[in-house]
Amino acid sequence: MSTRKPPLYEKHSQSGADFTDFGGWDMPVSFDSITTEHAAVRDSVGIFDVSHMGEVTVSGPDAAELMNRLTTNDVTALDPGDAQYACILNEDGIIIDDTVIYFRPDGEEYLFVPNAGNDEMMVDRWTDHATAHDLDATVLNRTDELGMFAVQGPDAVERVQAAAADPLDDISQFSARETTIDGADCLAARTGYTGEGGFELIFDADDSEAIWDAFDDVQPCGLGARDTLRLEAGLLLSGQDFHPEDEPRTPYEARLGFVVDDSKSFFVGQEALRDADDPDELLVGIELQERGIPRHGYSILHDGEQVGHVTSGTMSSTLEEPIALGYVDAEYADEGTSLGVEIRDRTAAATVVSHRFLQEHRA
Amino acid sequence: MEFDVPDELYYTESHEWIELTDDTARIGITDFAQDELGDIVFVELPAVDTDLDAGDEFAVVESIKAVSDIYAPVSGVVADVNEAAESEPELVNDAPFGDGWLIELELDGDLDTGSLLSADEYREQIE
Repeated sequence: MSTRKPPLYEKHSQSGADFTDFGGWDMPVSFDSITTEHAAVRDSVGIFDVSHMGEVTVSGPDAAELMNRLTTNDVTALDPGDAQYACILNEDGIIIDDTVIYFRPDGEEYLFVPNAGNDEMMVDRWTDHATAHDLDATVLNRTDELGMFAVQGPDAVERVQAAAADPLDDISQFSARETTIDGADCLAARTGYTGEGGFELIFDADDSEAIWDAFDDVQPCGLGARDTLRLEAGLLLSGQDFHPEDEPRTPYEARLGFVVDDSKSFFVGQEALRDADDPDELLVGIELQERGIPRHGYSILHDGEQVGHVTSGTMSSTLEEPIALGYVDAEYADEGTSLGVEIRDRTAAATVVSHRFLQEHRA
Repeated sequence: MEFDVPDELYYTESHEWIELTDDTARIGITDFAQDELGDIVFVELPAVDTDLDAGDEFAVVESIKAVSDIYAPVSGVVADVNEAAESEPELVNDAPFGDGWLIELELDGDLDTGSLLSADEYREQIE
């Protein structure tokens, strides 16, 4: 697969960023250090270049019906300027991808954001479904034309407001507004994937440098910090915490049932989900009571028997504890259950906790 | 980027350093290695009195992004371990040749340094 690069690849490279392949994109994994960048987002504000995320627009008379048939949530509940989180399932009810859907403030089109590398697959899926069901909708892959930054942290709203030409600080969570930053048009949305407040900015890729430079006093952050931040918030990583082949999971197993709208007349995977709302395995949060880092693929044990496995794990710098997400047999999924994580040649004591680690920590 | 490679130490291709003093060897990971790993969050060291042969895995150093096994450059018996590095793993990032050292070995007899890299040879490797 050829490696795709964000518009600011050279600029990031010159600023000393380390890069990693992510979904076929060569993206900054860190600019300074993951710990420094993580702390900036938790304590003040950081900016991420997330131009590797896909951008697909859907317009036309049947756009809403097409979106509703291919995502689990109800897009007809959206007013212009609203955003919504949803899953995209296959016919077996297995999560292919998760996405945020924006209903443009002008009410003319939907813009949804597949995970890195999934944009072409989603465009094919949407186009094929429209053709098969004779739906009048125009589906465009805008991934290479659009850039996307996330400005996140307790000071993010104030900082984005300072850069934007229009009032933004009155926008509620999961809402968006068109504005300009340094003369460049952008969609400013109160969304993000760090557990902090903030904005995601979507703009013409040619304006990437102007918008990035408008935040030149903000800590640049790479995908390393994005991963540790999202894990502390209990947010799932596509391809790791769910994947149609390697980690096939229904939304109920992945604790994403809140984005499944059963009242809809139809969506792909709905039939399969009807008997799947009491799953045999469930996503849990795991906190270690011993030193060690629970990593992807490690076994989760109960009385020496494997009852699950870790899908994501790290040393949480905010909680100062080793934490993980993983799937376990449902009978061991209650918070407070004592389990173990097999780390090399030993078993580290662990407890099931809320997978919303950060929320619990702050409660 | 310029990495610190002290002249008085020996090195391995797997990025350990060795400081020889009479019949003991202090061992750690190099400045290059800690930089490659990134933020180190976990260090696991062997028990004192553990027998090690050259090439044995004796420690694990984990950063946020990777797990790295550390290999004994020479044979000997573990005489001391740096408990501070276990409780404060960031010492390995901050001072890989100083407070972030890992273990000390009591060497088995005379040491043949021919299998180790000099500072110049190691600099060539990481260029």
